[in-house]
Amino acid sequence: MLQEKELKTFVEGTTTYFEVAAQQPATVGSPYLVTDGLPAIHEYTGVISVSGRREGIVYFTAPKAMLTVLLMKMQENDFSHENMRDLVGEVANTISGNARRDFGNDFVISVPNVLAGERSELPVVPGARSFVIPINWRSHSAKLVVSLR
Amino acid sequence: MSGLTETMPANVSGARPLRLLIVDDSNIMRRRIERSQQFEQLEVVGAAANGIEALELFQRTDPDLVTMDLTMPQMDGIECIERMVQLKPAVRILVISALADKATAVDAMEKGANGFLNKPFTDRQLNEAIAELMRAG
Repeated sequence: MLQEKELKTFVEGTTTYFEVAAQQPATVGSPYLVTDGLPAIHEYTGVISVSGRREGIVYFTAPKAMLTVLLMKMQENDFSHENMRDLVGEVANTISGNARRDFGNDFVISVPNVLAGERSELPVVPGARSFVIPINWRSHSAKLVVSLR
Repeated sequence: MSGLTETMPANVSGARPLRLLIVDDSNIMRRRIERSQQFEQLEVVGAAANGIEALELFQRTDPDLVTMDLTMPQMDGIECIERMVQLKPAVRILVISALADKATAVDAMEKGANGFLNKPFTDRQLNEAIAELMRAG
């Protein structure tokens, strides 16, 4: 199971992402454990598969409205479905990749797999428990979910 | 998703501008790097979404500088760096990646990269890293 110190890595990664990429800090809440399945997702979800020292998934899930504002903050003017998918995958990839600063290169991450739609099915990780890191940015809420064993 | 685009060189009198190839599987990142770089003496000659596209564009456009993502489908950035350096040892490569561990940076440098910039980055950090890459020649 994830240690508190390891979860802190993802909290810090999320904080840094919004501070630097969006130039506006997010409020990142205390992680909580979900004991029954995987937490609900928003309209767009970027999923990173993790292998090596840890196995499982890390995903960032956000509503379209939040991604639209995030794109605007990045001076991007293309708000297409493709760019929403691209952004949610890039956020998941960046936070997961940054975790290697603490976990080392044996924390192997995949390219992002993006799900669109709140009813999309996430891969189940047997034996893993899911920690949710709530993210509030401007008036929007998103989640980073870390499900590793 | 294909990100392969080629920009034809502009007619430039005098010194030839340095030619930049951007490689990243994210369209947003490719556009951001192109938009944020502030050097008049730099000409973006192409953008690719994976290592295979990048090598194809590399041979067609003969860039002087490359920004290179590492985690990409089909061919990752480390292999792509190795192949580019074999084709053109003088090419200067700036890795722009989320992978933040030292071993990855060392590996990329050993394969021939000249600099490493972690994602996420500010425009200022990007321009400082590119400036350093330009000076490296």
